[in-house]
Amino acid sequence: MHADPALTRVSLARATLGGFAAFPGTTGRALVAVCAVALGVALGFAVQLINHTAVSEFNAAFATLSGDADLQVQGGRSGFPEELYPRLARDAAVAVASPVLQLEATLPGADETLTLIGIDVLRAAAVTPGLVGEVQDRFDALRPDTVFLTPAALASLARRRGDTLTLQNGLDPVELRIAGVVHGNGEARMGVMDIGGMQDRFARAGRITRIDLRLRPGFDVKRTRERLARMMPAGVSVVSPRSNAESTERLTRAYRVNLDVLALVALFTGALLVFSTQALAVLRRRVPFAVLRSLGLTRGALMRLVVREGAVLGVLGALAGLALGFAIATLATRWFGLDLGAGFFRGRAPGIAMDWTGAALFGACGVAAAMLGSVAPARDAARAPPALALKAGDVDVEWGRGRSVWLGVAACVAGAGATLLPPVHDLPLFGYLAIALLLLGTLGLLPALSALLLAGVPRPRAPAVALALAQIRHTPAQSTLSLAAMVAGVSLMAAMAIMVASFRGSLETWLDEVLPADLYVRAGAGSDTAYLTPPLQAQLERVPGVARVEFLRATSLALDDDARRVTLLARDIDPHRPMDRLALIGPTVTPGANDPPPAWVSEAAADRFGWHVGETIRLPLAERLEPFTVAGVWRDYARQQGAIVVERALYTRLTGDAWVNDAAVWLARDARAADIERALRALPGGDRVDVATPGELRAVSLRIFDRTFAVTYALEAVAVLIGLTGLSSAFGALVLRRRREFGVLRHLGLTRRQIGTMLATAGLLLAGVGAVVGIALGFVIALILIHVVNRQSFHWSMDLAIPWVGLAALAAALLALATVTAWLSGRAAMRDDVVRAVKDDW
Amino acid sequence: MIRLSDIRKTFGGASRRVVLDGLSLHVEAGEFIAVRGESGVGKSTLLNLIAGLDRPDAGSVVVAGVDLAPLDDDALTRLRRERIGFVFQAFHILPYLTVAQNVALPLVLNGRRAAGEEGRVLEMLEGVALADRAESAPRELSGGELQRVAIARALVHRPAIVLADEPTGNLDPASAAEVIELLRLAVKQQGATAILVTHSPVAAASADRVLVMRADGMVDAGNAR
Repeated sequence: MHADPALTRVSLARATLGGFAAFPGTTGRALVAVCAVALGVALGFAVQLINHTAVSEFNAAFATLSGDADLQVQGGRSGFPEELYPRLARDAAVAVASPVLQLEATLPGADETLTLIGIDVLRAAAVTPGLVGEVQDRFDALRPDTVFLTPAALASLARRRGDTLTLQNGLDPVELRIAGVVHGNGEARMGVMDIGGMQDRFARAGRITRIDLRLRPGFDVKRTRERLARMMPAGVSVVSPRSNAESTERLTRAYRVNLDVLALVALFTGALLVFSTQALAVLRRRVPFAVLRSLGLTRGALMRLVVREGAVLGVLGALAGLALGFAIATLATRWFGLDLGAGFFRGRAPGIAMDWTGAALFGACGVAAAMLGSVAPARDAARAPPALALKAGDVDVEWGRGRSVWLGVAACVAGAGATLLPPVHDLPLFGYLAIALLLLGTLGLLPALSALLLAGVPRPRAPAVALALAQIRHTPAQSTLSLAAMVAGVSLMAAMAIMVASFRGSLETWLDEVLPADLYVRAGAGSDTAYLTPPLQAQLERVPGVARVEFLRATSLALDDDARRVTLLARDIDPHRPMDRLALIGPTVTPGANDPPPAWVSEAAADRFGWHVGETIRLPLAERLEPFTVAGVWRDYARQQGAIVVERALYTRLTGDAWVNDAAVWLARDARAADIERALRALPGGDRVDVATPGELRAVSLRIFDRTFAVTYALEAVAVLIGLTGLSSAFGALVLRRRREFGVLRHLGLTRRQIGTMLATAGLLLAGVGAVVGIALGFVIALILIHVVNRQSFHWSMDLAIPWVGLAALAAALLALATVTAWLSGRAAMRDDVVRAVKDDW
Repeated sequence: MIRLSDIRKTFGGASRRVVLDGLSLHVEAGEFIAVRGESGVGKSTLLNLIAGLDRPDAGSVVVAGVDLAPLDDDALTRLRRERIGFVFQAFHILPYLTVAQNVALPLVLNGRRAAGEEGRVLEMLEGVALADRAESAPRELSGGELQRVAIARALVHRPAIVLADEPTGNLDPASAAEVIELLRLAVKQQGATAILVTHSPVAAASADRVLVMRADGMVDAGNAR
């Protein structure tokens, strides 16, 4: 007679899963594990949703701007001569060429700009129809004093059709009548006007910034691109519209991947919690499992049962996590914006779009994490000799005894090796792998490290303390179960704390170095249309009380055929003492009389373009390639894509561009900053400049820094919380498992207080091990974050700074919380019914 | 040495069960008593009341001249620690202590850590023929050996009373006989009073007197030896 397989499966499931309900507290701990998985999935999915929406925004914006264009011709921020347009328009391969002038226009009195696009409406209609506005009067599109705004721009500026929009050119107002709406990507804040009018109103006569090309049928895009590129002057490149989108996407990719990794860390910590929950549940049920094995259940079947338990936890956690993740994403973008405070998406606030692929991926990750967390306990349950488990008496099978230390060592060594590997597509994937390997390796070494640390604890006099120490020393593997999630959370929090402290410290030092003046004047932040003309510059220098002024012109250059951009800063600088103005790192050279003039490149520029000190580089200025000597490398935290500093006088001579964006003002002795500011504002257009002291600029910079890392802090706090929850859960399970032992000790004469002391001591000792190992590992991970991840992601170097007070506070808080947690978990051990536990069969 | 008078004890919440109803018991100093009875009749409850691990709903318990009723939990614990030794059915040897450390545990709890007491531990282990296993881990011992360790632990601090709850329940007959004889010998050598709860007639036969617990009270089955 054959057993009904379905009935057999149900019976088996009840025999094991029923154990969940049979043992007090197991269901509660399983619930905690489900919550941990849910939290990990929620954070990962939230970041994925925000990334997905952000990338969609990028793509939609570029789709609007590029429309049906097959190729785009573009230069640096200052554009290129419009004579290039008719040459391209007449090319045999080109069906339609649409000239474009695109500027970031300053809004007077506001700390933001509006993207303003000038088009030839007749040409644009054929290539980028999304840029053509809805007209009531058909001549409005050709007038020099009208503009069409997107719905998002109208809403954020609180304007309607027919209203006046005031922009700024230099320090002068430019008033435009809002003639209608331009759709395309409705979420982008931008305005469109006639290109000729824009050139005239914003002093860009003869200059354009882009030409959109639609090719004739039959012409190969790639070959045409290569041919046209050879015709272009220096600094002008021919690219596909997609490469522009990819280039911008790459700028933010490192930041987004960083957030993804942090979210995965939370999921990993959740998996550790499932691991400890399952491991303890398996330990608790070792006798029922032994009975089942004795009755004929195979090892494989038992293992599958336990892994399926984990899968159930994972499914429940994943479903809850996906719902929570959507809510978090919606709230986070509402509070922090689509860029989560990083500053990449100014002015955009779209709703979160559901990403079903991402949902399936992260749901699967949650289930996989829970199942992976169950594999090791399942394997141990299957391997445990039934006879030993069924043997009467107090001889506990020591779980995990004999785990090879070499596996942990091997993982750590592999992790160290991974730190030496280069980035992959500008992403520090091997850096992240190194962190994962070090974390796993350390967790594998945890029993040995725990034994090593506890060996140094002097033998205590108090019996309860001595018993606690003996118990922990004897069962290092069980200690690992309690500690794994906590060590993971603590190490990552410590790592982030050290990295952020180092970064912030380096940023503060850098700000001190790059802000030596008494006052700073800016025509308009991030703007193409706000500048100080030479007469204004002269007036500024003549303001009473001003001792000296140094001016700076900022523009951007496209350096190669892939149109990789770099910021050019033409500034007043002593070429023999650049260290007075730049945070130079490493060696410097002073070019000889016959050498090309000096240029100082930022770390990001040096990394991206592979430049070295002493090398000659060629920069496209005024459509010519001008040679410069790389005279030094400087630290720059302001421009992620890289920056080059050259002498302003030379720049003006080469390009004829005498405008400046910024001025650094040194005051005469006894002059007061407030008086100088008043005098500056009294100048023509002076009410449209920003004036700030170094202290104010420093405060704003640090505020942006703190806001950028706010999300990181939140994710790390969650990881620590999950870790502490794991510790609490594990303590509770261990206490329940040791009920008989506590009963015996009560029989032998330990008071309730002594039992409590025992548990609190155990909590303190374990937390101490966890804190020491976690913080030490955190230090190593911080080094990887500083020297590998950050360097490869953002090309920033920083000086190591250890927040000793913060780490000590973290350790103290952990010790206190763990001790209290252990004591509270042990309250069950101090009840009278534990005395009867000595009679329990299991 | 032990006097219980009109003890009443009930358990349970919604369905309260009377385990002991009007039980009285007197055990002289130095006696080795076996208590038998059906499962659920209250044998373990009897031991818990004597040990001060539980309190009766009615009646009095006097152990070694001390009335347990007015004592708080700490005082009961101290009394138990100093005057009583336990041997359990499931041995309950702590796995994270060596054999010698397990035996020494009552001395440690009583604060008696003098050099002379180390000799006491060895003496007890010699008495149960396990002196050569002093530094072994409990998992290396057989069931019979573990129970001998338990006996050594129960007597190391020279208790006035030894309470053994089915000490041979998990042993084979040969080991059971050996353990019982060892227990009896050790108890008699120290002049302690012992109460042995057992289902085993062989174990009961080693006692000076056998008491049978029934639902309606204790019946003296007479001298076993």
